[in-house]
Parts: sequence; C-alpha cells; structure tokens
Amino acid sequence: MTEPMIPLWEVFVRAKAGLAHRHVGSVHAADAEMALQAARDVYTRRGEGVSLWVVPSAAITASDPRDESALFEPATAKPYRHPTFYTVPEEIGDM
Amino acid sequence: MNDLANPVDDAARLARFEARVAREDKVEPNDWMPDAYRRTLIRQISQHGHSEIVGMLPEGNWLTRAPTLRRKEILLAKVQDEAGHGLYLYAAAETLGIAREELVEQLLTGAAKYSSIFNYPTLTWADVGAIGWLVDGAAIINQIPLCRCSYGPYARAMIRICKEESFHQRQGFEIMLTLCRGAPEQQAMAQDALDRWWWPSLMMFGPHDSDSPHTDNSTRWKIKRVSNDELRQRFIDATVPQSRYLGLTIPDPALAFDEADGHWRPGEIDWAEFRRVVAGDGPCNRERLADRRQAHDDGAWVREAALAYAQKRGKPSPHPDPPSQAGEGVRRERDPSPNLSQATPPTIAQKRPLPRKRGRVGVGVDA
Repeated sequence: MTEPMIPLWEVFVRAKAGLAHRHVGSVHAADAEMALQAARDVYTRRGEGVSLWVVPSAAITASDPRDESALFEPATAKPYRHPTFYTVPEEIGDM
Repeated sequence: MNDLANPVDDAARLARFEARVAREDKVEPNDWMPDAYRRTLIRQISQHGHSEIVGMLPEGNWLTRAPTLRRKEILLAKVQDEAGHGLYLYAAAETLGIAREELVEQLLTGAAKYSSIFNYPTLTWADVGAIGWLVDGAAIINQIPLCRCSYGPYARAMIRICKEESFHQRQGFEIMLTLCRGAPEQQAMAQDALDRWWWPSLMMFGPHDSDSPHTDNSTRWKIKRVSNDELRQRFIDATVPQSRYLGLTIPDPALAFDEADGHWRPGEIDWAEFRRVVAGDGPCNRERLADRRQAHDDGAWVREAALAYAQKRGKPSPHPDPPSQAGEGVRRERDPSPNLSQATPPTIAQKRPLPRKRGRVGVGVDA
C-alpha cells in the first residue's frame, strides 16, 4: 500500500447537558479538527448529541481480556460492599 | 498462528469460545476467537460495508433529478445515511485487525464482493422508490437478526443501522404510493420498476439454504441466526400485501398463497442470473467499480493534503503511519489473523503483564 494511513479516533458523544460523554464509534481523520467534523457527520445526523470528544485511538490503554478474572472477580466476592448485604431491623425503617 | 503452536491449548480455547457463544455471551475485539470466526466476520462485515458504499451510486444518479425539493432533501439524507452505515461497518471490521486501507483496496480491486443488487441500473425515478421499498425493505429483514450477532461491534453497528434504515423503506414506499395514485403513466412507471427490482430483491437473501456455502459455522457461532430461505420468505410475506395495496402486480405468475401455512410461495428464482451478476456480468458491475475507483483517485490529493497539513502544524497525527489498529476503542493485541499484512502494534499485555489470581481474598469470610 503506497498511501500513508489515516489515523483512527474514538468518538464520544454527550447526548444532552447533564449526561456523560459516551463512546459511540470510530472515525479516521488526519487531525483532530477533521476528526470532529467527521464525527459530527457520522454519529450525530439525528440530533444524538450536544457535544463531541475525539480521542486518538492509540492513546487508549485497555485491560486484557485474559486478566478479566484477576481484575474483576474480587469485586464479586465482596458482597458486603452492597447495602443489601446488611439487614436492618424493621423497627428502624428506611436507612 | 499461535493457534497451531499448541493444539491442546487451541482445542481448549475453542471449546471455551463455543461454550461462551452458546450461552449468548458477546465476543469483543480483544477476546480470543477462532481464525475462521475472524475471517468469516471480516468477509461478511466488509461485504456489508462495501454494499452500503456502492449502494450510494444507483441512488446518487437521481440526486440532481429528484422531482421536487422535498424529494431531493430526503434522497440526500438517505444517501448520506448509506455512507454512514458503510463507515460504521468498516469500523466494526477494523476491530478484527484489518486496516481501512486494506478494506478499500479489496473493494477497488474486486477482491471483495458487495451486494449484487447494486449492479442493476436506476432507469427512472420510480426505481428510487422501488429501491427504498424493496431493497431497503429486504436489507432490514436481513439485518434485524444481525442485531443479535455474537460479535459485539457488528451487533452494535447493526442496531444503529436498523434504527436509521426504517425511514429509507418508508420514503421508498411513499414514492411508490404517490406514483400509483398518479397518472396512468406514473402507475406504469411504478409497475415497471417493480418488474425489474422484484427478482433481484429476492436474490439479495442469497442462495437456497441447501446451496449456501457459509451457513454451518455461521449458525453455530451465532453470526447468522436465520437462514436465507427463511428471511426471503419473511420478505415475500411482508411485501406481497403491500404491492396489492399499491395496485401493482408482482412479476411472478407462479406466486401463490399457501392456505395451509399462510405463506406466499414464489416461483423459482433465476439462479443463473444471480451467478452471472455475482461473477461480474450484471448490467452495471464495471460502471460501479469504475465510479468507486474514480472517486477514490479523485480524493487522493485531499487525503494527502490533510495529512501534510496535520504534520506541518506540528500536531502530527497520533501515528504518522499507524498500524491497522482499533476501531471501537482498542484493538486486540494477539493472534493477528494470518492473512493480514499490517504489522501489529506492541501489545498492552506484553508491556505490562498483570499478575494472575491476585487479591482473591475474603470469599464468604464474614458471612
């Protein structure tokens, strides 16, 4: 392939003020400004958002699926982090 | 690749993978998957993406000829949607480790296929109506089960596409309805469009199940959830009553309603025509590819200028010449598909392996 490759960006859209930006997909673009333009055309044709982020895909570090149990299983073994783990006497009412 | 290094490991991983798919877990880009699963998905998703891109051409033919400003606005929006759908799908394919540039090259060299329906010409304005009503209608029926495909990025792209596609079908039906309520010449134009698009639309669902080469694995791996013939039947059952409402005649003298099971049974499809068009001898195969190549070549200076500008401003792209990575965040790091030419990036796991089974304490200790 003779042409240089166009970098990849991840696109995040804030649906409306008060909500977090959420990942919606990817675009290729030469620079950040063009990535924003492309993201606007590709991911907000129907009023999906009021704000866009584009992040170079290469800047994201991801956890490894093989580490899923090492990373996340301990959390499932700690039911005492959830309020439902504890019994509150009926007489106490809401807590 | 690695899979061959240790057949025992490989068999165990395959078994785990299949068990996972069987219990309806989604597969995500970084997960281990069999090479055949990866190849099947790359082929299917990229063909699907190419179909969206090439699918812009027959309708683009009518952008400057739409009969009213309203129709022109709608058609522009629809064609822009098709471009968007192509891009969602390319991004999904890229998560499997193929570069956008490779995908485009495969289309332009003819190495990859796209849906044969787009090798038919749009001769009249009624064809724009017929495409929306029949071709997009068939596409929706095909795509709804794909929203539950086992591969996460493909399923997510399909959900988004299905949401957007519904307007495409309705605007097409509206065009047909307007023509059918119009002058006799307009009605004849609508009938002529149906006559030409009906059979190619049925062919969109692919060969009969008994002749479909890819079905077995795809079904087991929950890529394909409903068979070609079943999908085609759904389309026929949905469309025949619509054609009657329009006052049009389906161009199939053998079409008959089966009282016993409540289905419309069509006559036999001309599979010789299907094979001819797939093989490259449809009415517009050469024109479509020539147009895509022309568009790609015409855009070369824009891509070049954009990259040069980014570099000149000293805010170079994150990777001046990046490997074929990501889409949907992050690319898988290992088990690159053997047929991919791009170098793979250094793996995150290789850089910083995490200890296993660490911190697994407190199971039920205090209960």
